Amino acid sequence: MSTLVVAQARKRFGKVAALGGVDLDVPGGSLVAVLGPSGCGKTTLLRCIAGFERLDAGTVDLAGRRLAGPGAHVAAHRRGVAIVPQEGALFPHLSVAANVGYGLGRAERAAGRIGEVLELVGLAGLGSRMPHELSGGQQQRVAVARALAPRPPLLLLDEPFSALDAGLRVGLRGDVRRALREDGATALLVTHDQSEALSMADQVAVMRDGVVVQAATPAELYRRPVDAWTAAFVGEAVLLPGTAAQGRVECALGALAVEDAAAEGECTVFVRPEQLVFTDDDAALPCTVAAQEFHGHDRLITLHLDDAVTVTARAPGAFAVKSGDRLKVAVRGSVRVWPGPAVPAIS
Amino acid sequence: MPRPILLCGALIAAAVALIPLVYLGVRVAEAGGERIAEELFTERVAVLAVRSLGLAAVVTAACVLLGVATAFLVTRTDLPARRAFTVLAALPLAVPTYIAAFTWVSSMREFEGFWAAALVLTACSYPYVFLPVAAALTGADAAAEEVSRSLGRGPWRTFRAVTLRQIRPAVAGGALLVALYVLSDFGAVSILRTDTFTRAIFVAFNMGFDRTGALVLSSVLVVLTVLLLTGESATRRRHERYAPLGGARRRANPIGLGPWRWVAATGLLGVAAVALGVPAVSLTGRLLEGTSRPEWIDLVTAAGNSLWLSAAGAALTLALALPLGLLVARAPGRLSAVLERLSYLAHALPGIVVGLSLVFFGINVAFALYQTAWLLALGYAVLFLPLALTAVIGAAAQSPPALEQVAASLGRGRLSVLRTVTLPLTLPGIGAGAALVFLTCMKELPATLLLRPTGVDTLATELWTKTTVAAYAAAAPSAALLVALSAIPTWLIASRTGILDKNGPA
Repeated sequence: MSTLVVAQARKRFGKVAALGGVDLDVPGGSLVAVLGPSGCGKTTLLRCIAGFERLDAGTVDLAGRRLAGPGAHVAAHRRGVAIVPQEGALFPHLSVAANVGYGLGRAERAAGRIGEVLELVGLAGLGSRMPHELSGGQQQRVAVARALAPRPPLLLLDEPFSALDAGLRVGLRGDVRRALREDGATALLVTHDQSEALSMADQVAVMRDGVVVQAATPAELYRRPVDAWTAAFVGEAVLLPGTAAQGRVECALGALAVEDAAAEGECTVFVRPEQLVFTDDDAALPCTVAAQEFHGHDRLITLHLDDAVTVTARAPGAFAVKSGDRLKVAVRGSVRVWPGPAVPAIS
Repeated sequence: MPRPILLCGALIAAAVALIPLVYLGVRVAEAGGERIAEELFTERVAVLAVRSLGLAAVVTAACVLLGVATAFLVTRTDLPARRAFTVLAALPLAVPTYIAAFTWVSSMREFEGFWAAALVLTACSYPYVFLPVAAALTGADAAAEEVSRSLGRGPWRTFRAVTLRQIRPAVAGGALLVALYVLSDFGAVSILRTDTFTRAIFVAFNMGFDRTGALVLSSVLVVLTVLLLTGESATRRRHERYAPLGGARRRANPIGLGPWRWVAATGLLGVAAVALGVPAVSLTGRLLEGTSRPEWIDLVTAAGNSLWLSAAGAALTLALALPLGLLVARAPGRLSAVLERLSYLAHALPGIVVGLSLVFFGINVAFALYQTAWLLALGYAVLFLPLALTAVIGAAAQSPPALEQVAASLGRGRLSVLRTVTLPLTLPGIGAGAALVFLTCMKELPATLLLRPTGVDTLATELWTKTTVAAYAAAAPSAALLVALSAIPTWLIASRTGILDKNGPA
């Protein structure tokens, strides 16, 4: 199994530092997502790994082989790193089968690998079609099959689903994840869509301003983000100012249990909306429903606490409320705090 | 492809495109102020200027009226046989003006002078307005007009406030093309004996070998052309190129003309009769008069010369356009943009000026080229470089870098990517561009007249020579052949605007 190791990768474009010392590990056979807002440097990282850009400093190793580093720059076509670009970029003059077979030798083509990967992505029997005869989702499946076909040591997926409709996107994510796993591929997915990263990847590396701020499993990332910015970037977050002492923190939601018992003094309190529960418990805080967003399976309810602080709670879709309703709310479980005053949400 | 080679090629292309302009400037400066003033401030130059500009103004106004009206009728109304009328309105482009002039002169005595030239030039040039305006009307989003109607404006006010505003860039662009074309036209005005700058330049050069006179007249023509170009870009408002918002566009419901539709159809038929009927009937008549055996031999020789001279011109043009086009498409930047602009500059120069300046360039600088086919090929390259450039840039866009990167990521080396991806995707576009340049070279007249090696006749010059001695029947086969050849690029241009598509106006 091949492992990708990126160490202290740096890349500047003129005055802009696109990569400011990136460290990243992709264990063999796993899918790692690089998640970040646009302009964070994630696409530059991908292009440096593919070999389309030269690193200014740092190294890229794949399966123990140095691809890029001081005095070394393996050409893109000798890296064994196949990419799936944003818009698929199928060769318009080649049939689906010829597209998929593009990276294969004659023997492999004859051995039926084309049909095998087409079946893997759910397009069995469409080999003779031309790209323009396919829907957007099918084109993207062909692009994935084409990258999978030569069994490259590493696959790079550059926001491969961003051009598709929301409904199509969810289905395709699952299928591509399954195809990658069945083929034992090692893959790096670049995306700005947090639900895509969390639902598909074994590991998620969050990038901001050219550096990886946190790399963790999706569950760990969601539950224990390293800072307020990351917390708000990977999901809905309630961030409140508070004061910690002796394993508890005092904030607008009351005195709450803190994960890190050592925390002391002024801090930022982080609560996920699903940690807020509606209860008749005596300790619960009275509040007023200010607004709500209905999502079917659940609803996000904006609450005014009585001391004019606003928080968001997640409730089941069947939990019917209307603006102005009086409720009582409490926090379930322990919360995470970071030293320093609360920062505003991501811009 | 390594950049330095591209850059070198691009610099050479831009340099070649600038030869005529630079050489013209150098020669005129050499003549000295006094000599220039002597040639310039004469009654004759004033008369020429008034006549040239007057002709350009009259023809442009007529073309705008005719072009916009026709475009509106075929795209927005329930006119009968709209598709047929669309084709009829595009076809006059296939008739070179000197051939149209020839057909009128050969079928009507005393058909000459300013108004004759205005009629022929209008009939041949109104597609320059019709095609872009029809394309703009077809492409314009009906939603904007519907919004205007829903906000309480009637159809006529909506047309003025919304539709006309949307098509104004197309009208202005078409009008500019017509005006530039009329200023540079040589064949039609000469055959119809209308003294404009182009004809005066040719006469000055041909009769008296009056170099300074011809050069000064050329410079005035260049100045007029440049004034026209800057005037147009100065009056063009910013943000006038409207991008359609959103993807799905619907076309407007056609306006019912009632009984007027038959009046409109009759009018368009009349226009087609003037623009296409007269040339067709006259040519057929002359062809039926028959041609003698020695004339057939001349014709075959001329066709052969046309073929290989145009092939040489197209090859040279493409060789110059390839590096520049690839540089513009793949390494966009300030330098490539400047080089591109420079090479377009010569396109606005009248063929007669390019020809004249290259003749003097050949005599004084590159004598080895003088009286060879290569000087003529160079002339073609200067004139039609932008045509080839557009084709190369368009073709390069067919193979975006993303595709080549995917190919490289799948393990293919540079040569393999070139063979399997880049060439298959770009060759059709480049080939079409080469064909377009080739056909345009075939019908070019003024530069060919000035630059061809002595004694070498092409179809165009053969037609010219026969017409000047009133040997109309002998000229007819060349004319017919040239019209047939010109129809191909016309079809290409018209189909590219999209108005001939199935979901076009018909």
